[in-house]
Formats: sequence, C-alpha cells, structure tokens
Amino acid sequence: MARAEAPETLPDPTAAPEAASVAVPPELVAQSLGEWFRAWMARLRAGQSGVLPVVLGLVLISIVFTAISPNHLFLSAGNLVNLFQQSAVFMVLAMAEIFVLLLGEIDLSVGFTAGVGGVIAVQLVEPVTTKWPWWGAIIAALLVCALIGALQGTLITRLRLSSLIVTLAGSLILNGAMLILLGLGPFSGYPSLLSHDANVQTLYKLMWGTIDPVISWIGMAVIVVAIALLLWLSDSRRRRSGLVAPPVGLTLLKIVLIAVVSIVVVAICNINRANLGTLEGVPWVIPIVLTILGVWMVLVQRSRFGRYVYAIGGNPEAARRAGVNLATIRTWCFVLCAFTAGIGGLLYASYLGGMSNNFNGGQLVLYAIAAAVIGGTSLFGGRGKMLHGILGGLVIGGIYNGMYLLAIDVQWQFIVTGFVLLVAVTIDALSRRSATSGSAARV
Amino acid sequence: MAQVVRDSPVAAEPLLKLRGIEKHFGPVQALYNVDLDLPSGQITALCGDNGAGKSVLTKCIAGIYQVDHGQFFWEGRAVQIHSPRDAAQLGIETVYQDLALADNLDIVQNMFLGRERLRNGLLNEDDMERAASQTLATLRVTTVRSIRQPVASLSGGQRQSVAVAKAVMWNSKLVMLDEPTAALGVVQTKMVLDLVRRLRDRGLAVMMISHNLNDVFEVADRIAVLHLGRMVAQDRASAFDRQSVVEYMTTGGFRRAQGGDGEGKHGSS
Repeated sequence: MARAEAPETLPDPTAAPEAASVAVPPELVAQSLGEWFRAWMARLRAGQSGVLPVVLGLVLISIVFTAISPNHLFLSAGNLVNLFQQSAVFMVLAMAEIFVLLLGEIDLSVGFTAGVGGVIAVQLVEPVTTKWPWWGAIIAALLVCALIGALQGTLITRLRLSSLIVTLAGSLILNGAMLILLGLGPFSGYPSLLSHDANVQTLYKLMWGTIDPVISWIGMAVIVVAIALLLWLSDSRRRRSGLVAPPVGLTLLKIVLIAVVSIVVVAICNINRANLGTLEGVPWVIPIVLTILGVWMVLVQRSRFGRYVYAIGGNPEAARRAGVNLATIRTWCFVLCAFTAGIGGLLYASYLGGMSNNFNGGQLVLYAIAAAVIGGTSLFGGRGKMLHGILGGLVIGGIYNGMYLLAIDVQWQFIVTGFVLLVAVTIDALSRRSATSGSAARV
Repeated sequence: MAQVVRDSPVAAEPLLKLRGIEKHFGPVQALYNVDLDLPSGQITALCGDNGAGKSVLTKCIAGIYQVDHGQFFWEGRAVQIHSPRDAAQLGIETVYQDLALADNLDIVQNMFLGRERLRNGLLNEDDMERAASQTLATLRVTTVRSIRQPVASLSGGQRQSVAVAKAVMWNSKLVMLDEPTAALGVVQTKMVLDLVRRLRDRGLAVMMISHNLNDVFEVADRIAVLHLGRMVAQDRASAFDRQSVVEYMTTGGFRRAQGGDGEGKHGSS
C-alpha cells in the first residue's frame, strides 16, 4: 500500500503553537527549571494561573491587615493560630463542597448538615443526659450526616431533581431539625462543651487542644521527610522510565516549599501565645485538617472513584459510555460531601465550646462555596482540587479574622466577603470561556 | 468448473458477517433484510443519505440497539450482541462523532477511562501511561506535545486520533468510525485518514461511515450503500465511481448499463 507511506509527523497548522504551549501545563513539557518558569509565565499572561492568585491574595490580605490592624496584631503568633482555627471550619466545609462541585453540582445544605452533626455530637456527650463516649458521639454524628447526604444524593440522582433545589429544601429542613435537636435536654438551647469531664473535653480539644512543642517538631519532621521521599522517589522513577515527569529542579522546589511552610507553621504555633502563663504547640485541628486533606486527595486524585468524578464533571456522556455508573458515583459524592460537612460541624462546635441557635448555616455554606471557588475549583464541574479548599478557606478566614480585629461591623464583613466571592466566580467563568473558545477555534 | 480465482472482495471468511438484519422502532422499519460483510484488513465505507439507517446499523453492531431479526457471524461463528459489553468482548469498538472524550482529563486518562489499571487499589498511572504512549507510537500519532496534556488543549484532528487510539487499545478487531472527518480541515482530515489506513494495515476490520465521497474513495477498499434501510450495493471500491455511489445513495438504484461488478450484493464469484 503505497498510500500508507504518508508523512507521519504532519505539522498541525491549525493548532497555533503559542496557543498550544499555553494550554499545556508547563511541568509536562519543560526539561529544566528555567524552561518551566518561562512556560509558567506564558500561561500566567494567558490568564491560566493555577493557584497563584490565591497565594497572592493571601499575601495581600496579610499585608493590608497587618498594616491597619491595631498594634499590627494580624501577624502575631496568637492571631495567626487563631486564624488557622477559624479557617479550619471553612476549609473542611469547602473540601466537602468540592466533592459535588467537581461533578458540576452544588450542595447548599452543607452548613446545616454541619450544624446537625455538631449538635448531635455535643448533645450525646453531655454528662447529665446521654453520656456517650466522645468517639461514639462523633461516629453517630458523622453517620447521620452521611445518611443526610445519601438521602439528598438519591433524590438528586434517581429522581433527577436539581441539586440546587433539593439541597435548598434540605437546608431549611436541617435548620429546623437542628433547632429541635438543640432544644432537647435541660440546656435551654445551648448545650455546652465547657466541662471538667475528660470525655466532654476531648470534643473541646479538637480545636483547642495543643500538641507539645517538641512532639510538634518531631511529628512535622517525620511527615515532611515522608512526603519529600514519596515525591522524590515517584518523580525520579518516572524520569528514569521515560514517563512525563517534572524537571528535577521543580521536584526539589516543591519539597523545599513544603518544608519551609511546615517549619514556619510549627515555629509560629510553638511561640508562647498566652498573655499569662504558657499556651504553645500546634493545635490538634491542624493535623486533623491535614489528615482530611491527605485522605481526600488520595481518593480524588489517585483512585478510580476520583477519576470517575472528574470524568462525570468533564463529560457525563463519555463517562456513561465508558461504563461508569453515574448515579452511584454521584450519590457517593453527596454522601462524602455531607460526611465531610459533619466533620466541619464537629470543629465548629469545638471552636464555639458548644452549640447554639445562633449557628448560621446559611452563611457558612456561602463561605464554603466561596472558599472552594476562590481556591480555584470551578462551579461548572471537572476542575478543582482538595487543596483549593485549604487555600480558599485561608482567604475567607483571613478576611473574617482581619475585619474582626478591626472591629468592622458585621454588615461590612458580609459585603466584603460577597465581593470576594463575586470576583472568584467571575475569574472562574472567564477562564472557562477563554479555555472553551480557545479549543473551539482550533477544532 | 475450473474457475480462476478472481480478485474477490471477500477472499477469506469476513470477520463480521451480517445476514438479514431487520430493525424497527414501533411502526417505523429502519432496516430491511440488511446483509453486510466486514473483512479484516479492509476499510469498508458505509454510505447513505440522512435517514438511510447508517447509525441504526452501527448501533445494532455496537450492541446499543438489539436487532429484531437476522444473524451475526463473528469469524464464521454465529453470535448474539445484546449489549455494548457483548460487542466489546468480541472486539468491536465504536468511535462516535462526538468522540466521547472528557476535556478536563488528559490523553492517558481518556484512553483508559472505564478500564483503569490499578496497583494496591490505587491507579497505576505509570503502567497506563506506558501502554498509552506505546499505542500512540504504533499508530504514529506524534503531533501531541505531551501525553499528559488535557484533551481540551488538542486540535480536532488530534482529538479524533486520540479517540481512535482509545478504540484500538483493547485488542479490538473491528473499529467503527462515525464520520471521522466531519468537523476537520484539509490537513487534519489527511492526518485522520492516514490513521484509518494504519488501522487497516494492522489487520483490523474498519467500518467508516461517511458522507464525504472524497474521503470514501481515498481510503475505502469496499463500499456499502444503504438507501431507506435497504442495502442497495456492496462491492469493491474500484467497482464504483462517484456518480454511481451518489445515485445509489439518492435513488437506491443505478440505471447505467453495468458490468458484472457494479451492482450485485457481494460482487461476482
């Protein structure tokens, strides 16, 4: 067949080279750190910047609030640790929301799901009533939350109802359920975790407990070395076998970055932040949040389930034809979302030292979605990472904390947060539009 | 009876042989008594006007629709195709016009979607990447910058190539392509047609649905024409010319005086 002798490396003139190089993530094609940096700058100029805007936003928030907060309190050790703790709830709720955002769905009930979870745990450990062990209370709370997710997910996937409406209705129902649960027992709606009972204190310590400074350092060192080794070994194995891998410099840069951030965080936490006596060490909540991040990262990025979640978010029809059971995967995402929201509720209750009917789940869900989107997760599905929840949660927490320090009225906090969400959503929509118009032009 | 073996279009037993396929949707009859041979190592172009039944026939072979009457013979053996899974098990893969690629996933992830390889319960990315790049290399799909770039960043021809490569990865023996060049420019069309030829050269049976007679005559070894649900002509490509194919497609017959080759269902013996 003479015809088969066609040139094999056809130039593809319709794929404009500069457009293609911008569309390809730089770590895939760069051979050296310098090359990677240049490709990265090109992508940045084309409006595809990854997590950079969030990191810059965080730096900006720190600078502004440090400059204008009384006594430049914002960057003090005490306030930074407080900021981590406040942000933890936003981070966990944002990670919950990311499960459904990746599908292109939304869950408006994460706030009150968290509320219900928090109330159940707090009520169950109360010594004067049910006296459950703390772990039993946590398991019960998380199971109820997972069940809430399963119910909503089933309605959405099997009856094909809109997730927006189902979870909006769910949010109202759960708000009512939470108030009913709050009213149980002799606590006049304010079951508290402030107690000398060690069992109750365990829940309180989720947020406020601290790890001994020396153990903090050792634990951090072990974790950083483990991550560095994993990263280094897998990247160098891929380089050796000729697979797509980032340049050596980039792997090292990542490791150094992780180490520096970890050292700075532990160093800040180990400063004595009490006005009287000592209060030092990494709060429990940091390893708790990092564990959730790690487990969900593996699930979403390294498991078959996660791959299907992205595929459904990107092209449900392609996933269906590939034999993916769409309804099952979608329902599981709602279950995982509600389960993670439940953890957020536990942390909230711990931060508050109890639960109260002031719990504003409607506002929390907006903060959670804002955090996910600010972090870089798309509302249109298929694009996002668990890490975005952490970064976005820090931004929301930073704004919240900074304005609190400045004693700015709550109405202005709402307005500023609303504008930040608007900006994030606009960036999301614009980057999506440029991405699709770019590929459409090349079809 | 000492016959000279002529240049028969079906030298050996065809890979897939359809006999008397009928399909109706309620009162609407979509396929009437359709016979079709798909031999290995040959490209069969399936032509027909809109509504002729090309997609219905393709979907019957792919197991999406079930036929009402008729038989399938796979390598000479009678088989039943009740579901896409049955078709996949035989080695039949279909590349639909919309390609069914997830834009946000990269090339490797798309090629293995639904059939991921695992190690210790987690995705075995290294293994999948190696296999995918091997397949792309044997098909000489070399214009992509990185096998790890998202499909959204590929050109139309590259996407088509990835979809085809995805279809041939699974030791498939029959690949059906639905209008593979419909949305492509000149250069990309050439790229895809070269790829289709390479599939044939690997010994696969290829069925290509196409409206574009330029493409059909450029690559097809055999041509089959459907008209209003009936198979009105099926023969070696050299037995047709443009005019005859167009006439078969539009009227279901061909009026010009013809030699032995031009009309019969399976050519001459």
